[in-house]
Amino acid sequence: MGRKILLDKINIPGIKTYEVYRQNGGYASVEKALKTLTPDEVTEEVKTSGLRGRGGAGFPVGLKWSFIDKKSGKPRHLVCNADESEPGTFKDRFLMEYIPHLLIEGMITSSYALGANLSYIYIRGEYMWVFKILERAIKEAYAAGWLGKNILGTDFSLDLHVHCGAGAYICGEETALIESLEGKRGNPRIKPPFPAVSGLWANPTVVNNVESIAAVPWIINNSGADYAAIGIGRSTGTKLISASGHIKNPGVYEIELGLSVEEFMNSDEYLGGMMNDRPLKALVPGGSSVPILPAHLIYKTANGDDRLMTYESLSDGGFATGSMLGSGGFIVYNDTTCIVRNTWNFSRFYHHESCGQCSPCREGTGWLEKVLHRIENGHGRMEDIDLLWDIQSKIEGNTICPLGDAAAWPVAAAIRHFRDEFEYHVRFPEKIKNRDHFVEEPFEKVRHLIAKQTV
Amino acid sequence: MKVTIDGHEIEVEPGTTILQAARMIGGESVPPAMCYYSKLKGSGGKCRCCLVEVSKGSDANPTPMPKLMASCVTGVMDGMEVKSISSPRVQEARKSVTEFLLINHPLDCPVCDQAGECDLQNLSFNHGKSETRFIEEKRTFEPENIGENIQLHMNRCILCYRCVMTADQLTDGRVHGVVNRGDHSQISTCISKAIDNEFSGNMIDVCPVGALTDKTFRFKSRVWFNKPFNAHRDCDKCCGKTTVWMFGNEIQRVTARKDEYHEVEEFICNSCRFDHKDVNDWVIEGPRKFEKFSVINQNNYTRKLDKVTIETEKQILLGRDQDRKKISMVEVPLKNTENSKS
Repeated sequence: MGRKILLDKINIPGIKTYEVYRQNGGYASVEKALKTLTPDEVTEEVKTSGLRGRGGAGFPVGLKWSFIDKKSGKPRHLVCNADESEPGTFKDRFLMEYIPHLLIEGMITSSYALGANLSYIYIRGEYMWVFKILERAIKEAYAAGWLGKNILGTDFSLDLHVHCGAGAYICGEETALIESLEGKRGNPRIKPPFPAVSGLWANPTVVNNVESIAAVPWIINNSGADYAAIGIGRSTGTKLISASGHIKNPGVYEIELGLSVEEFMNSDEYLGGMMNDRPLKALVPGGSSVPILPAHLIYKTANGDDRLMTYESLSDGGFATGSMLGSGGFIVYNDTTCIVRNTWNFSRFYHHESCGQCSPCREGTGWLEKVLHRIENGHGRMEDIDLLWDIQSKIEGNTICPLGDAAAWPVAAAIRHFRDEFEYHVRFPEKIKNRDHFVEEPFEKVRHLIAKQTV
Repeated sequence: MKVTIDGHEIEVEPGTTILQAARMIGGESVPPAMCYYSKLKGSGGKCRCCLVEVSKGSDANPTPMPKLMASCVTGVMDGMEVKSISSPRVQEARKSVTEFLLINHPLDCPVCDQAGECDLQNLSFNHGKSETRFIEEKRTFEPENIGENIQLHMNRCILCYRCVMTADQLTDGRVHGVVNRGDHSQISTCISKAIDNEFSGNMIDVCPVGALTDKTFRFKSRVWFNKPFNAHRDCDKCCGKTTVWMFGNEIQRVTARKDEYHEVEEFICNSCRFDHKDVNDWVIEGPRKFEKFSVINQNNYTRKLDKVTIETEKQILLGRDQDRKKISMVEVPLKNTENSKS
């Protein structure tokens, strides 16, 4: 049984409400931080914990906090990024829906550490009911004196607002989020200046994921060293994984980083193995943006080591044989899946969600989608596979924000590991004309068709 | 601050961008820029044409930058070394950006008023390929009337945001902007309003392509058949300094004066641009200088032009001899075609 930090109290009835949350030790970290610690000590504690950003990039949270410009004398802001839109990821929704006060507690403690007196939670528009839950929770927190002027009689004041997005994936990028929060079109800004220097209303700003902020109360209640003791190496603490796909028990799981992928996939405590006991074909370990892994690279890395659920182990081997932990959107595919269709579906998403600001992403994502759609529907040409490779390599790294990279990586990985499947689509359009073409006839059965034949 | 671009060293003020430094050096190292406009605040960084390789960050931190940087928004550091045209990576990136910009751009240069002074034409001439790998249908938009003076061709737009910034910074009350997202983002007025503003015409000048063109000049002439002259008049709204584009004694078009990077020197008002097309309105200063190798120069009268003779077959309208034979002589069977069997 793994250690639970975020979901420890999730099963207590009524934990959604302030009273029950408070009775179960809620808001203790605020008391501890405000009364006994200085803001810098809180930051130091988070730094020692080794907590890494849970939104996808995995940047150390404490380090990010220490970058915030405290010298300029401008007001500072903390913004919580609850615009969770990565396909395959639904952990923040779970946290905010079932234990909203944990996020609010984290926001107060973190704002104290940063010296922010005005903080925001930016939630995606599709989470309207969660938005209402958070609003209610914030009202309760105001009523109980945890928010507002002079919290707990100290001279720290904090106003917290929830802001609702309007349904754009790109607003999960921190500078686009800030633009959107300011009421503008959600276009990512050109960096530098980084938000830590000039963010919301041109003030120093820190943007953190929901899960990162929700981990702060535990770190303050215990200590950074305790948190760092969990996990392996630079991947400390616990991580929420949103598991979906062809597995027995999909859902949100809290795991200690360092658990092996094999155990996570097959133990009954977690995913419980493959649905209908069909063979495993592929895995996307961190949300749609990260490279897909073929079956032989899931449990073992290319060197033959066990693949672990850590930032380092999942990215072992770089993009050639590895992937990324990302935001923890764990999507499992069995042999009935068509990788081409899946890649097309991801590309369609990025095509739809590109902001249209910089040319490689605006034009490239649309092009990728069109070519993939053609291949998936049996109108592909052999040169299209190389064309796809070429397009993705020209988007990657040449864009303003990481959305271009996120659109390019899944395509690159799919071609790298499943090129024969693309060729099968091109060469046997009759066989793939139905959507369920791999259900009756998994690819393993027809692989021999595309083998090179010598006459 | 000392910065080296393609081996050329130059001393610049702090706060200069790489592109500005490259323009000070001039020549081949200057990266192309489709969205950057030195007169507009906050422009640049979007088109990715001006990507350069920073092979040495600065004297203090000499590590190279891993990604290609947009030179128009990256400030120089002391001791920075930049590779522009000398880097194969940069060349490759420019080619790919050009390809991306062109895949959905209509091939209507033959009827486009911008042709001849179009930045995208120049870019594709320098970095483009003659063939395309894009076999899908091009993206199109519904035509939209945005007012009296300006013609919007959304299909041609490359979304540089220059016109939006012009409207923001030059006029009060911007009524147009970018709506929608991704490759369907488009320049549009806020719910079919007309753009009606004394300085709105400058949007035409800042547009790098033919997306915004002058309605009073629409289909009048090709730009290379016009002769540009510097002219001025007393205007109470703007500087009154313009370029008039003449055909014989007729002023067909009035634009602001542009520098060698096709950037407006001083913005002009709509009444100078659209309402004063009579020669008597203007004091003509003399011929406007333009680039030696531009399309406009192809019609330069100081150059000796050979008479063009088009060599074709005689009586071409009647068809080739052998075809005529086949058509008129039914009894001669056509070999190796299906028709011959029947």
